[in-house]
Amino acid sequence: MSRFDWLSEYLARLQDEHVLVRHGTATRLAPAHVLEIDAEDWGRAGQEANAFGCRWAGVWADQAGEDFAIFCLLEYEGDYLILSTFLSVATPLLPSHTPYYPAADRPERHVQDMSGIVFADHPDTRRWTRHQAWEEGDYPLRHDFPVAGREDPGETPPDDKYRFLRVQGAGVCEIPVGPVHAGIIEPGHFRFQAVGETVLNLEQHLGYTHKGIEKIAVGRNSHALARLAGRISGDSTVAHSWAACQAMERAVGVSLPARALVLRALLAERERIANHLGDIGAICNDVGFAFAFYQFSRLREIWQRRSAELFGHRLMMDVVIPGGIATDPGTEALAVLAGDHRRLRAELQTLFDILEDHPSLEDRLLGTGCLKPETARQFGCLGYVGRASGQGFDVRHHNAYPPYDRLSVTVPVLNQAGDVAARMQVRMQEILIALDLIDQLLEELPEGDICRDMPVPADNAEGIGCIEGWRGEIFTYVRFGQAGRIVRFFPRDPSWFSWPALECMMLENIVPDFPVCNKSVNGSYSGQDL
Amino acid sequence: MLRIFARILSTGVVTEIPPPVNDNELERVGIEVRQVLAARYGGSFAIREVDAGSCNGCELEIHALNNPYYDVERFGVHFVASPRHADALLVTGPVSRHMESALRRTWEATPAPKILIAAGQCACDGGEFGASYASCGGVKNVLPVDVQIPGCPPSPVDLLRGVLAVIRA
Repeated sequence: MSRFDWLSEYLARLQDEHVLVRHGTATRLAPAHVLEIDAEDWGRAGQEANAFGCRWAGVWADQAGEDFAIFCLLEYEGDYLILSTFLSVATPLLPSHTPYYPAADRPERHVQDMSGIVFADHPDTRRWTRHQAWEEGDYPLRHDFPVAGREDPGETPPDDKYRFLRVQGAGVCEIPVGPVHAGIIEPGHFRFQAVGETVLNLEQHLGYTHKGIEKIAVGRNSHALARLAGRISGDSTVAHSWAACQAMERAVGVSLPARALVLRALLAERERIANHLGDIGAICNDVGFAFAFYQFSRLREIWQRRSAELFGHRLMMDVVIPGGIATDPGTEALAVLAGDHRRLRAELQTLFDILEDHPSLEDRLLGTGCLKPETARQFGCLGYVGRASGQGFDVRHHNAYPPYDRLSVTVPVLNQAGDVAARMQVRMQEILIALDLIDQLLEELPEGDICRDMPVPADNAEGIGCIEGWRGEIFTYVRFGQAGRIVRFFPRDPSWFSWPALECMMLENIVPDFPVCNKSVNGSYSGQDL
Repeated sequence: MLRIFARILSTGVVTEIPPPVNDNELERVGIEVRQVLAARYGGSFAIREVDAGSCNGCELEIHALNNPYYDVERFGVHFVASPRHADALLVTGPVSRHMESALRRTWEATPAPKILIAAGQCACDGGEFGASYASCGGVKNVLPVDVQIPGCPPSPVDLLRGVLAVIRA
């Protein structure tokens, strides 16, 4: 199959629906195709995309003067399609995609809170990202909103008026949890409606770690943006900074030295392995299997120490920079990895054997937190959450970027209603696949430079980045203004789509299984709150 | 079960006595922590961790304190689930405005005498995020801070050293 051979059929369907495509371009935001349509057709184009089978993957608004450009990211058979339209800031009214795509629900409400776009037929009119830090009717991403806020806000009041869905009836009790949790984890609020121990409904209220990332990105140069991107979600620092750099590098049209690309992939795979090691141990810990927790946290620690030794940072922050990478440990130093990998594989073989054949673990993980493939598809679930429920998209495989374009990336997909055990199974396989990938990358590690100078971006230069982080596809849009300063930065973490899936997978489960379900998904709060 | 015991036996004790090449400080710092704790807190120092808006990088390193290499509990330092059980709050992140009241309430719920430790660059001075419409900046802009542990994120050894500084203060 060649790229975009389906596009003509989608265009024909749009024509049947009298949706006028004003302009189409394959070069503006390559590798995506951009279709410019009228605002009034926005909803119908989404409806047709859903009927066609496209995955919905994000929406963002970019203000230029008195106009908003609105973009929606879709994906079909590994090809990216971006719908685009224009709205005036004075009347920012747009049809919603949420009636066709449940995945669009929270992202559209985020755009509503941040830019003041009204999604006319959105089924949920509640705010999402905005709590009480700024007033209703104020929109932080608009140009007239100062980054410091309107005035000295004093103490920010608690957000205790959010309208949760209530369940009434005999024996129903409501359990509010958070934002401060019992464990060492990020803040968010969970509202359970339960009868006895059984969950009738779980509703999330996130946004507690919102720190204005999209706004404070404005005015930065490319290096400062990469540093910020590396702190969108600390556990995905490599993948987010790579996505931001890829977008900026495409915007200015710089090509990277081969060695830098291979080392970036090495960093990204190391990040994937570190997180899976930690999480597999933590999943076991949440069902009281301390043995695995200590074994896997020990392996993670060994792994992180090697990262610090080679790249100067235990999480490999700020190693990916615009134009390449900042640190090259040298080919000789990297030779130690072969031994590391051999030892890790041997340890994992023993440990995986134990995990796969341990009755008390099976008892707690099998059948817990099931996510049906259809639900996972509707929410556009990515990474191991999607793969454990039949959704196999992986940027490295389906829209491969260098250096993955010359590797064959295996994607472990389980076609079933993925439970906690299935998500753990996928993560175990992903560790082994990532180890193989690193070994392949190191075999053909090119010598040479690790960084190119970034040319000064042209005014309005823009680009997109799509990187397979350890949680799945990370998408980033970047537009430069004058003198190489950022005017729009939109990073979309895969957690946007796994959080709502967690609500669904808790139904009919027991409240005490929430921690293990949550850990098996491990959405990033910071990555979605921005 | 036998396989698990075999694994435990073959793994042995990895907790760092004697300390490895790069972590010379760990054991020295840890022992000091234990001595001071024994004198002032009856051998037990309970910490409630509060993420007030961090990127979760600091949380990863705080988690590492509980792995077998650092095994912070052997020094009497443990993480508790409620501020009502805590001697100290360990706060990470710039304080997002959306977390400001939750942080204040958690501090109010912590019984005196109590200590506030700001962990990580963001908690110290706002870090990469600074102060904005969405962020109060460092923790000291919201609550009185006793000790700051810089680093992005601070390493587990840095964190342990910071705890020592708290108890000496």
